[in-house]
Amino acid sequence: MAETHNIVRVAGVAKTFTMGAQTVTALRGVDLTIKAGEYLSIMGPSGSGKSTLFNMIGGLDKPSSGKVFIDEVDIAQLDAYELAWLRNRKIGYIFQTFNLIQVMTALENVTLPMTFAGTPQDEAMEKGLELLGLVGLRERHAHKPQELSGGQQQRVAIARSLANTPAIVLADEPTGNLDLTTGEEIIALLKRLSSQRGVTVISATHDYKMLNVSDRVVWIRDGRIDKIEERDQLDISVGAIGTREV
Amino acid sequence: MRQERNGLARVPGGRKQIARQVVLPFRMSLAISLKSIRVRFLRSMVTVMSLVLAVAFLSFILTGTEVARGVLATGDPQLRLALIDAGYDLSSVAPPPERAAGEAARLGAGPKERWIVLLSLLVCTVGIVNAQLMAVTERFREIGTMKCLGALDRFILRLFLLEAGMQGLAGSVAGAFCGMAGAVMVGLLRYGGAAAAGLGPVGLGRVLGVSVAVGAGLSLLGVVYPAVVAARMRPVEAMRAQE
Repeated sequence: MAETHNIVRVAGVAKTFTMGAQTVTALRGVDLTIKAGEYLSIMGPSGSGKSTLFNMIGGLDKPSSGKVFIDEVDIAQLDAYELAWLRNRKIGYIFQTFNLIQVMTALENVTLPMTFAGTPQDEAMEKGLELLGLVGLRERHAHKPQELSGGQQQRVAIARSLANTPAIVLADEPTGNLDLTTGEEIIALLKRLSSQRGVTVISATHDYKMLNVSDRVVWIRDGRIDKIEERDQLDISVGAIGTREV
Repeated sequence: MRQERNGLARVPGGRKQIARQVVLPFRMSLAISLKSIRVRFLRSMVTVMSLVLAVAFLSFILTGTEVARGVLATGDPQLRLALIDAGYDLSSVAPPPERAAGEAARLGAGPKERWIVLLSLLVCTVGIVNAQLMAVTERFREIGTMKCLGALDRFILRLFLLEAGMQGLAGSVAGAFCGMAGAVMVGLLRYGGAAAAGLGPVGLGRVLGVSVAVGAGLSLLGVVYPAVVAARMRPVEAMRAQE
């Protein structure tokens, strides 16, 4: 039972932005249910609304209408504390631009969420080193982000996203700023972490490499869900896309 | 409201515990702000320098008045002329002794002097607020990231207030001493040894106190508005701001 419960439920979410005099509709009513432990990719061309949907799921932005439930809790009802708690414990974020805190070392970046969670310093340090070890960067723990390569920064960000053992890891274009090989490494790492730790991974991407590892792919087009493909259906289309790309 | 309570039951710990569960101990805040200042030392120095200059100007004016009062108190008609030369509003003949105290009190409190102090404060404020505004704005992204990691609005606020407080204190103390030294030197050049006569620890202490209070106060005031704005931003806005 526990393995199949719905960790995220999105109901009729719409979002409009006002840009000067213009109103831009990014999402026009999206319904989506994500099961715990799933590796889900949200695919779509830029401007399709996938990043907006991603931000809604992560509680980083509020929908204009509709509701987002995390663990069946409507996140629009949460106050500032609860929202912070959610971001701190329940969700780990990975961004296209890594977003490490530049003035802190790799280890400090990883331990910061634990500090917010009230973890004692030595315990946080220990766990931080362990997480950095998990992403293969234990030796670089004293380095600042600008002394690390893009792929390494993203790996630190992955370690940071796992700091408080969240149930969900949200990755917004995690490979967007990386070259092909590094991107593949990051995807493999995410997949490994998801299967080993049972974390739900939700990534917004237009990187087709992501398809190989996804349990389910949600295609977004013009602010609506175009289609949802399960893994077994997927293999066929992956082959097609693979040949088209080559 | 009722619905909110129901929703809460599903978040382990409930409301009270959540408040305690997201924490940033003061010691950690201090460590993080100190590190921010150290790492961004050059940027930080620019902010502090604008403070030093602004406070030095204020302190220079205030000390100048102290010096002038001391010089006036010597009762030397030659020095009296020198004071008038320097721009103080005095009659060329010394008033009877019973009115000398009133004259000394008015010195540096006349409309002209008040204008100068007001103007210097204005310069202080604009300089400091501008520097702090820049310092916060260029860190929107960092703020957004911290909020994504679960930082509460007040963690962000506290970090910036601590940083601004430390910068304010350091900058105003340095500025106050620079201003005082400048004013004393100008005084010595203009009035000779008499300039030092009226300078006591009480007067100088008062100048130091006022300058540091104004400098540190303005530094905090300057950072409050942008920091509140930044801390209240939804993370997604904060992170978009720089792109």
